[in-house]
Amino acid sequence: MSDLKPVVEALLFGADGPLRCERLAEVLEVERSVVIEALRALEADYAAQPRGIFLQEVAGGYQLRTRPEFADYLRRLGRTRPFRFSRPALETLAIVAYRQPITRAEIEYLRGVDSGSVLKTLLDKHLVRILGKKDVPGKPAIYGTTREFLELFGLADLAALPTLKEFSELAEGDDLDESAAVLPEVSVGD
Amino acid sequence: MDTISVHLDNFTGPLDLLLHLIRKNEVEITDIPIAEITAQYLAVIDAMQTLNLDVAGEFLLMAATLLHIKSRMLLPQIVEDGGEEEEEDDPRAELVRRLLEYQKYRDAAVRLDDLPQLNRDLYARSAPAPEVVEEGEGEFAAVGLYDLLQALQQLLKERPAPLVHEVSAEQLSVSDRINQILAALHGQQSLAFTELFTAQVSRHEVVVTFLAMLELVRLKLVRLLQSQRFGAIWLTPAVADAAGVDTGFDEEASGYV
Repeated sequence: MSDLKPVVEALLFGADGPLRCERLAEVLEVERSVVIEALRALEADYAAQPRGIFLQEVAGGYQLRTRPEFADYLRRLGRTRPFRFSRPALETLAIVAYRQPITRAEIEYLRGVDSGSVLKTLLDKHLVRILGKKDVPGKPAIYGTTREFLELFGLADLAALPTLKEFSELAEGDDLDESAAVLPEVSVGD
Repeated sequence: MDTISVHLDNFTGPLDLLLHLIRKNEVEITDIPIAEITAQYLAVIDAMQTLNLDVAGEFLLMAATLLHIKSRMLLPQIVEDGGEEEEEDDPRAELVRRLLEYQKYRDAAVRLDDLPQLNRDLYARSAPAPEVVEEGEGEFAAVGLYDLLQALQQLLKERPAPLVHEVSAEQLSVSDRINQILAALHGQQSLAFTELFTAQVSRHEVVVTFLAMLELVRLKLVRLLQSQRFGAIWLTPAVADAAGVDTGFDEEASGYV
């Protein structure tokens, strides 16, 4: 559907966030499959030509984003400093991302350190949210990542997270194997 | 244990510190020489306390855990009264399991950070969450306490205490220094930490300047930022006046816009 490509491009450009293909299909009054076809063609176009932007599948939608190699220039333009997470924030975020739904106590056991303030910061930044209460005494809150988290790290969904690396030093450790072999449960989608 | 004192890094927690010690000693994580590691761990805690740093409870709890494991390993593992089913586990097992589990997420955190990040490595036409960048630069890249103290120690080391006690009536006060720093920062995007301490400044002035800087941070007038761990420390005005911010950088980068 080559005639659909320019209008899909226009919509992606005009949107203020990732656009889901359902939404595109609704606006364009066409089948979802047709939209997907146009998106794929557009994606290929950007990849094939020397362009400054590319089409990224992110947080269940599609968004036009600048290529990482031009980050330096964009930072100059935006007058922002390169942004860095602190190590505690990254650790906590990684644990929530891979182990959600997870309670604060579970995070703190994994990290071996109080994580209340880091967790609050991540909540404030909408990277982590409270999914609900765990049905155990005290009804502690359970945490998970947000759509903004996926947008920030350019992930299509939680399944797109890098695979957790199991440390092999452990393989020789006989009776320790089982504890390390436990894979985190990663639920896909919000 | 003077070799340890140089390693007062900004560890994210006791597990992080332990992993560091294990790696540094090049020992197998599954066969930790517990006496040696415990001694080194305690030396680090000692060094922190010598610096009058509040050692977080978690670090002390881990110290107690290590000592407990050590004592259990010293005890002869003779099981009396037909307790052969009660097979003695390695006292280190639980700790090793936690270390490996922690290491897995520490590694995951690094790789998460390696992903191309919105508003850091790539940009969308209209950023969905611009506040992530603005706020983030404050809290997330803030200089850690240990880095700061390391910097102070370095400064004091460069200026040994004078052998003669000198009495002088007029000495720089913290509030004077605060005003000086604010004046120096005025219209600037940032000021290098080291610029505050030029070579001729005395120990007294180093301490006063350091206190003035901490006071400014406490008053939220100044933020201390670092672009990377162990990197140079920068002072930036916390309340950025639009005109002052980034002009230097921008001119350098692109001339007139």
